[in-house]
Formats: sequence, C-alpha cells, structure tokens
Amino acid sequence: MGVGITVEHLNAFYGKTQALFDINIAVLANHATALIGPSGCGKSTFIRCLNRMHETIPEARVDGKVLIGDLSVYNGTSATQLRRRVGMVFQKANPFPTMSIYDNVAAGLKLNGFRNRKQLDEVVHKSLHNSALWDEVKDHLHKKSGASLSGGQQQRLCIARALAVQPEVLLMDEPCSALDPISTGKIEELIFQLKEQYTIVIVTHNMQQAARVAEFTGFFLLGKMIEFDKTEKIFTNPSDKRTEDYVTGRFG
Amino acid sequence: MPDTDSNTAAGFVPQSSIPQISIPPISLRRRVMDHVMTGVAVLTVALVLLPLFAIFAYLVYKGIGSINLAFLTQIPKPPGEPGGGMANAIVGSMVILAIASLLGVPLGIGAGIFLSEYGRNRYGDIVRFVSDVLNGVPSIVIGIVAYGLVVMRQKHFSALAGGVALAIMMVPTIARTTEQMLLLVPQAIREAAYGLGVSRWRTTLSITLRTATSGVITGVMLAFARVAGETAPLLFTAFGNQYWNWRTDQPTAALSLQIFTYAISPFDEWHRQAWAGALVLIVLIVGAVAAVRIAVKHGTLAGA
Repeated sequence: MGVGITVEHLNAFYGKTQALFDINIAVLANHATALIGPSGCGKSTFIRCLNRMHETIPEARVDGKVLIGDLSVYNGTSATQLRRRVGMVFQKANPFPTMSIYDNVAAGLKLNGFRNRKQLDEVVHKSLHNSALWDEVKDHLHKKSGASLSGGQQQRLCIARALAVQPEVLLMDEPCSALDPISTGKIEELIFQLKEQYTIVIVTHNMQQAARVAEFTGFFLLGKMIEFDKTEKIFTNPSDKRTEDYVTGRFG
Repeated sequence: MPDTDSNTAAGFVPQSSIPQISIPPISLRRRVMDHVMTGVAVLTVALVLLPLFAIFAYLVYKGIGSINLAFLTQIPKPPGEPGGGMANAIVGSMVILAIASLLGVPLGIGAGIFLSEYGRNRYGDIVRFVSDVLNGVPSIVIGIVAYGLVVMRQKHFSALAGGVALAIMMVPTIARTTEQMLLLVPQAIREAAYGLGVSRWRTTLSITLRTATSGVITGVMLAFARVAGETAPLLFTAFGNQYWNWRTDQPTAALSLQIFTYAISPFDEWHRQAWAGALVLIVLIVGAVAAVRIAVKHGTLAGA
C-alpha cells in the first residue's frame, strides 16, 4: 500500500544557486499528484529531493523536512533504505544495457542481496504484468537485452524495474516526454491502475496529462510552489493569477 | 509576464521576406573529390595494416621451418647439437604473464574505478599524472625497480620478479582505459541503480563496470599484448633458464628472453629457432586476445 508524503519548509540548492524556496505540501496516499510548471522551475529538483537523488549531484544540498509515511527522509534514514521504499522512473528510459529483460527487472532485488530464484521469477512476472509489458516480452526474457526494446517498451521496463522492489511511493519524472501518443496512453492507463497500490507523484509538461491522471496538481514557478489543490480546481478555477495564466496557455 | 499577443509572432520572420536562394547541383569537381577522398581513406587503412601483415608473413617465412613437435615439447640443447626446443620458455612466458595479469589487472581496474568514480578532484589529478608518467618510464627501468623490490629480497631471480615488473607496466594502461570506459557510461544508468536503493559501491561494480565491460577488456588486452613481448624488464628479473623450472621463486625462461639470447648467438641453428620462437610468441598473443574476445562476445545478449 502507498503512504502519504509530507514536505515542510524544503529548500534545495545547487552550489550557491537556490533552486527551491520553502516548499510545503502534503501528498495523499494512493493518489496521483501531478507537478506542472515551465522548464527550469524546480519540479524535477523537488521530486529528486523526495528520494534523496538530489544529493547525488556534486555540491547539491537540501534543508527542510520530508516525511514518507512516518519515515523522516533527512533525519538519520540511509539513502539506500529510503530509495527501496520510494521508486523512481526517469524522463529518459534507462534500462541496464548489458542485462537481459529479466535481469533488468530483478536488478533491484538481486543487487540488494535477494537470491531466492523462485520468488524472483514470481516478482519479475508480476512486475512485468503490472507494467503491461509481459505479453510483449515473455518469449525472450533471458535472451534479449533491455536496450533492444522500443522506447515505449523500455520505459515500461523501467517502471517494472521500479515496481519489483515493491516501493510505497512511485516518483515519475516526465515519464512520457520521449514517447509517442500510443505508448503515452499505455503508461497513463498504467498510472491509473498503479494508484491502487502506490502513491504516485508525476512531473509533467503536458497539462492534459496532468488533468487525465492526477487527482491533485501542484504548480511550480521559479522554484516556488505557487498553488497546490485538486486538479479540477487548478484547471478550472485556480486561486492564483499566475496559475491561471499558465494553465490557460498565456505563458510557458 | 508576457501577454497573449507576443507569443504568437515573437521573433518569427515570414517566409516571403527571406531572399530566394538557389542551391546549385553537385558539381563534377565535388563528385571527383568524393571518390578521391574515399580512395585516400582506403589507402591509409592499407598502409596501417601493411606492416602488421609484413611482419607476420616474414615471421612465418623465417620461422615455420623450425617449428615441429620437438620445438614445442623439448628444452634447449647445448650449442652445436641440433634439435631441442623452447617448451620451457613457452611455459615460462605463460607463467610470468599469468602472474603479471593476476597482479596488474585488478590493480589497474581498481585504479581506473577510483579515477572515474571518486577521482574527480585533486587526488584524482595526482593519480592521473603519476600514471601517465609511469606509462612513459622505459621498460628497463621498471625491470630495475622489480629487481630492487623482489630479486634483492629473495636473493635470486624469479618468475615472480618478472611478473611484478610486467604488472607495473600494465597498470597505467589499464587504469586510464578503464577510467575512460567508465566515464562513457551515462550518469542515467548509475541513477537508475541508485533509484532502486542499490548502494554506491554495488552500483559501481555491478552496473557501471558491467556496462563498460567490453571497453575495459579491450584495455586489459591492449596492456597484456604490450607486455607479453617485453624483454628488457625480464633481463634481470625472470633472468631466463635453459632447463625446466616449475617454481615461481626460481629463474624462469621466457620466450622473449630466449629469442634475445638465440638471436645474438653465433649459431645458425639458434638463429632459426629464434625466428620460430618469435612466431610462436605472436601466435600466442593473438590467440589469447582472440580467445578473450570470443568469450566476451559469447556472453553478450542480443541487442546489447
């Protein structure tokens, strides 16, 4: 089951440049939350703060409070432990090129020391099934490399890989930006089903996509969270003028 | 904030206001040039490959006559006596190269990992500089170092000392190529592993290094091939031996040493055997490199 996310007074920096200013947000468990905003406004930086990927960049740092369920992210929790509970799907599909399809999905478990062959088989099957890829790859799980798949399939493989470690939260950083409408449709459908088991935070440049998949939407501008509300409200009756300008296409 | 009107027309120049240009058809001169340049490229490839084939052909011509079962299975006979072979040197070379690889490959790859994953700083720069200098040190000097490190302590020449000398020569090449190959692995691949909760060292070994495997192996084979024919560093480390020796702490024969000894001797029979030894050495190196390549290819997945 998914868990909620609470963020309080989060500031993020790249060296001396501040990228996020005092972000406060409460994400509801088992719902999809979309983050929209123009390029460079800090959406990606924000979700990378939720699983401590931000700090893998040299000179990047964070202060503030983030809770994943009741787990405090910046207070004594190890980054590796945290990331097993908070999965991530990246903008560009990044399967491990030298691994088979099977090994790609099993990687998270295998590299964390999980060796039970039978259970691995089961997890791989289930994850590929849940990411709607099973039927397309079941005949060459061990023979083909993850890199041999098409772009849309690779992205679904990456989703399966993230699901295999059984996280509670799934972060998606523009997962469809490099995909065609058919693949995008498949992934959106997937997000709908995944909500039942996971809490999803999705960054997107596509406002229709946000409207389609998310119950809640946050609008970012220049490193600040301008407005956070029910998706319907954001798109039909936003309380901030800047949000209205953005969602009606006046700028950005 | 920009208003609605400005974002439709901002910076757009209407097509009709661009002056009409006509792109000329490809001229005869350019078509001829195209063929000439292709020819030049093919010619340079031929020039690069020519010496390799020339050397190999000459070695076969000079050496093949002396290669027989005795050459591959017997130890040298005293000067003047016909027959005998280089079996002990062939085995000795293999032993010395095995020791060198066992020491040099892990050390070189380890250094390469440090340089690429942890060495984007001053310490890395120091290691890079030292390794480049080490790469330029004459091989006979490295032999002297191994003499001081191993031979002086053991009080006699040995296969181990020869292996150490060759290992030192392998390290800089392997370290720098490993570094370059690891840097070619996209950061996104590392992030994918971090995102799964895989620790940094695990990611480096099981993801980054694995993704770069074929390039790293190329570097290792390059270093291996380079030291396999080295003679100078073995002169006062492995030293050479006219008899069988199976111990790594005793003077050991090596093909390159045997070729050297035979080539400067006054006996025609030994000259012929030196050519044969050189041919065997080349075949062994090519064979080893090819075997590793085939093994790697065999383990690669479709589409990887």
